[in-house]
Amino acid sequence: MTELTNLTLAEARDGLAKGEYTSVELTEAFLGAMEARKDLNAFIVTCPDVALERAKASDARRAKGEVLGPMDGAPVAIKDLFCTEGVQTTAASKILEGFKPQYESTVSGKLRDGGAVMLGKTNLDEFAMGSANITSAYGNVTSPWVAEDDPEKLVPGGSSGGSAAAVSARMCLAATGTDTGGSIRQPAAFTGIVGLKPTYGRCSRWGIVAFASSLDQAGPMTHTVRDAAIMLGQMAGFDPKDSTSAKVDLPDFEKALTGDIRGLKVGIPKEYRPDGLDSEIAALWDQGIAWLKDAGAEIVDISLPHTDKALATYYIVAPAEASSNLARYDGVRYGLRVEEGGNLDEMYMKTRAKGFGKEVKRRILIGTYVLSAGYYDAYYLKAQKVRALIANDFAEAFKTVDVILTPTAPSDAFPIAGGNKVDPITMYLNDVFTVPASLAGVPAMSLPGGLSQKGLPLGLQLIGRPFDEETILRAAGVMEAAAEFTAVPTLLRGGK
Amino acid sequence: MSLDKATVRKIGFLARLEIPEEDLEGLAHELNGILGWVEQLAQVDTEGVAPVASVSQMKLFWRDDVVTDGNMPEKALANAPEAVDGYFLVPKVVE
Repeated sequence: MTELTNLTLAEARDGLAKGEYTSVELTEAFLGAMEARKDLNAFIVTCPDVALERAKASDARRAKGEVLGPMDGAPVAIKDLFCTEGVQTTAASKILEGFKPQYESTVSGKLRDGGAVMLGKTNLDEFAMGSANITSAYGNVTSPWVAEDDPEKLVPGGSSGGSAAAVSARMCLAATGTDTGGSIRQPAAFTGIVGLKPTYGRCSRWGIVAFASSLDQAGPMTHTVRDAAIMLGQMAGFDPKDSTSAKVDLPDFEKALTGDIRGLKVGIPKEYRPDGLDSEIAALWDQGIAWLKDAGAEIVDISLPHTDKALATYYIVAPAEASSNLARYDGVRYGLRVEEGGNLDEMYMKTRAKGFGKEVKRRILIGTYVLSAGYYDAYYLKAQKVRALIANDFAEAFKTVDVILTPTAPSDAFPIAGGNKVDPITMYLNDVFTVPASLAGVPAMSLPGGLSQKGLPLGLQLIGRPFDEETILRAAGVMEAAAEFTAVPTLLRGGK
Repeated sequence: MSLDKATVRKIGFLARLEIPEEDLEGLAHELNGILGWVEQLAQVDTEGVAPVASVSQMKLFWRDDVVTDGNMPEKALANAPEAVDGYFLVPKVVE
């Protein structure tokens, strides 16, 4: 029998149904893997008691012939940005240390109600602000991948770096992530897994610690495209508690995986091939184009003319929203309080100075500045207008194509040590290919395309029409079959 | 435009973030770097473009104006750093 931790979510679903193993057996196998790979620091808290209790309940249900859904009994990890009832939720910040939500986020609640087993809460960049998982107050996450020519510890990407490392290193069947500017897709690319950012409004944001509310979106991080389809079905759906949640039909996403993309029109945006694009990334992209073409898709050259202004737009809009959202951390209702005998304002200022990390403070200050009197029009209003143009670029493109193919990230994973030294803007450039889809609110997915010369995973990104995750999944399924990506993280090969 | 130390101190107060005097200079430099970079948006012609706060194409839905939640003071106070008799406790605000 295959090692239980090597199963895909779909395989585990089928194996559980056939009685080949129990949810308790699966859960124990993953808890063992989590313990063995503790040094990656992928989890902020683990909850073996909760996990085993849910696994037992799942097995008991199944014994009676009751199954709550395709993920009943499936051990998963939850990014520590989702509020989980009674289980510490920190957003990787000191300011929320010890915070135990009294309620469950809608998305993690749907997974729980569908019988999924929560193994623990995964590490992330503080308040999901980062692209390397090096801003967490609970330490860096290490990727299970190591370059062939260099033993340096690598970043798993960010902000969902703990979820990416946990899936990649086989510490869970799948994990939840959240994506504001690339936080599901870029870490998925860096760790050789599949990550799907659904359409804005597809998954409820209720109970997810807010970063930038007009951009935040939850999604699945999995081993395969099929697994992403299964998990998205369990996470998505209308929620009256989130006013931006969409009242749209929930399709059976797995049925989209027909393997047939004949006649599909695939757009290739020329702006994603700037001068100086890494030759390996360009070659991978060409390979992806060839796979789709071989399967009968029609390749169409398109233009998304405002692409090069997306990052700057994002770095006004996201910090502005963050500065407003993070105003709630005031030391009064939950989390850290620093009181040194001063007045209320001093209590706020000391609490927030101590509780927030460097990158979070930087973004709060930028956001506060661009929203402040005298600068609002020049920065924030201008960014909102450029955002409209970027969204329109996609709307125009989708008049002629069904899906868009691009690289996910401009490079493979970089060393943690190097990540600490780069200036903020260089770090922000990691998201150059993922941010535009976020600003436009359209769904996008990263899937592994191959390995770099250093032996590290590289991802390809498919972007779709609003609420058309199905076409993305269908195209991704074909590419996944063509890519035959079977590379295993260095760590699991017993390497370095 | 360029941020000076006084402006950083002022934004710090608006954001209720205490910034040690010795950090002001460095922060001003970093923030200026980021602001200088985002100023590239000035090159984009946005004449006649309406700003968007959200790209969601959904209309905000209506619901009945009824109470659907609440009446759980213990839960609301469960994570409070300081609470007394069903209230959050804060430093004195009225002299």
